[in-house]
Amino acid sequence: MFGAACLAYRRDLLLAFRHWGQVAQPLVFFVIVATLFPLALGPQLAELREIAGGTLWVAALLASLLGVELLFRADHADGTLEQMLLSGQPLAILVLAKGLAHWTVCGLPLVLLAPLVAAGLGAPPAANCTLMLSLALGTGILSALGAIGSALTLGLRRGSLLLGLLVLPLAMPSLIFGARAIDLAIHGDNARGPLLLLSAMLVLSVTLAPPAVAAALRISAE
Amino acid sequence: MNWTWFHKLASPPHAYRIAAGLLPWFAWPAGALILFGLYGGLVLAPADYQQGDAFRIVYVHAPSAWLSMMVYATMAVAAGIGLVWRIKLAHAVAAASAPVGASFTFLALATGAIWGKPMWGTWWVWDARLTSELILLFLYAGIMALRASIDDRDRADRAAAVLALVGVVNLPIIHYSVYWWNTLHQPATLTKIGKPSMAADMLWPLLAMLLGFTLFYGAILLVRLRAEILRRERDAAWLTTGLAR
Amino acid sequence: MNEILDMGRYGAYVWPCFALAAVVLAWNVVAARRLHSAARQHALRRAAAKAAS
Repeated sequence: MFGAACLAYRRDLLLAFRHWGQVAQPLVFFVIVATLFPLALGPQLAELREIAGGTLWVAALLASLLGVELLFRADHADGTLEQMLLSGQPLAILVLAKGLAHWTVCGLPLVLLAPLVAAGLGAPPAANCTLMLSLALGTGILSALGAIGSALTLGLRRGSLLLGLLVLPLAMPSLIFGARAIDLAIHGDNARGPLLLLSAMLVLSVTLAPPAVAAALRISAE
Repeated sequence: MNWTWFHKLASPPHAYRIAAGLLPWFAWPAGALILFGLYGGLVLAPADYQQGDAFRIVYVHAPSAWLSMMVYATMAVAAGIGLVWRIKLAHAVAAASAPVGASFTFLALATGAIWGKPMWGTWWVWDARLTSELILLFLYAGIMALRASIDDRDRADRAAAVLALVGVVNLPIIHYSVYWWNTLHQPATLTKIGKPSMAADMLWPLLAMLLGFTLFYGAILLVRLRAEILRRERDAAWLTTGLAR
Repeated sequence: MNEILDMGRYGAYVWPCFALAAVVLAWNVVAARRLHSAARQHALRRAAAKAAS
């Protein structure tokens, strides 16, 4: 079981590496969305700083939505998914491995890119630690929730639109706390409360999502 | 314990007939209670000390908010039963309930917003409860959209069921985070929309409306369930042998 | 009667709410009954077609 999980993880990583153009798209999308806000609201860094936390999180949310489609689409298309279903390995574990790979490839780069984007929104460098932690936890939660949505909408036409409709409401609680954490850090305050709540949400998602995803995959793939 | 009555209930032809039999027991009391509640709330109850006559909106706002959540819970329970025990009828109940719940969520939002205008001065305020209701509406929309986009009925039922269960787990999280978010960003001086401290003659119409709306949902569910059964059992033998009224 | 319509100058808010409620309740009844009768028509037609074939 552990061996199969490792295999799934490494395979997804390898595939992503080969098609890194596809993987870069959500990242570029993240930067583009974040750029929309200064364009819309004006270049005053002081004003942008006030909304930086929310902007970063909304951009990360939307970029994650884009990226989560990569999770099952390719495998569903070429039949690997069916093999996984038939393999006799616990599907939830395989899903966990795939989710982790997905986060490594989509979430982690976003987290690393975030301080740059945040600087563009007027955030002080002192906030970077909290900012990255908040987004790291957040993208993890979004990977988990997105996986559920992705599994449920597998193969549907206009599935990406539907995916957003399904996943975004579920992501709202983490948005509330994640953005709040960044805002607190930007103003020099201790963001421990929201970060702890975010961590709790991550633990909950990572524990409960894989079985839900597995159930959804079986439903979608039959 | 003899479980035949339970298994009979899950059988579509029986359920179809039983639903018809139960309908008057829900519909008539619902109508009566709602009419009594309206009279009591609009005419008999005294005006509230703080909110004046505007508080009377509670007589439609609170029942619809209550229903929006109760129907979601019912839908989730039915979905769970359908998923775990593979009882098709349970999926039919879930499918029938969703639009009803969504309509009441919309009503709760609209009446809440309208109530907000004289109370807070604006048509919309990100009040914790209203925001929660809004997110609930999104959840309903997601479930209905998902069910509608999948052609295979079985897959649609089960996918919507998984989503409903995921949603129901999320609901308390959403409620508490929105509440927390609201107290954080708004000063505590904002008066809450809600039941004012109620005298007895204000309370009984509200209870009547709450019960009336609940029975109303029951009645609508029964009718929609019958429609669902007919649609799902399209090619079944019992239909061809003549439909009972 | 006038004071009921007025609702202590809140009439413009109270009555639309109740009107909306009436609309939602009515819609529920109408939609449900329409769904059922359409489903019945379909089912009867199919049953008749089957019996004929």
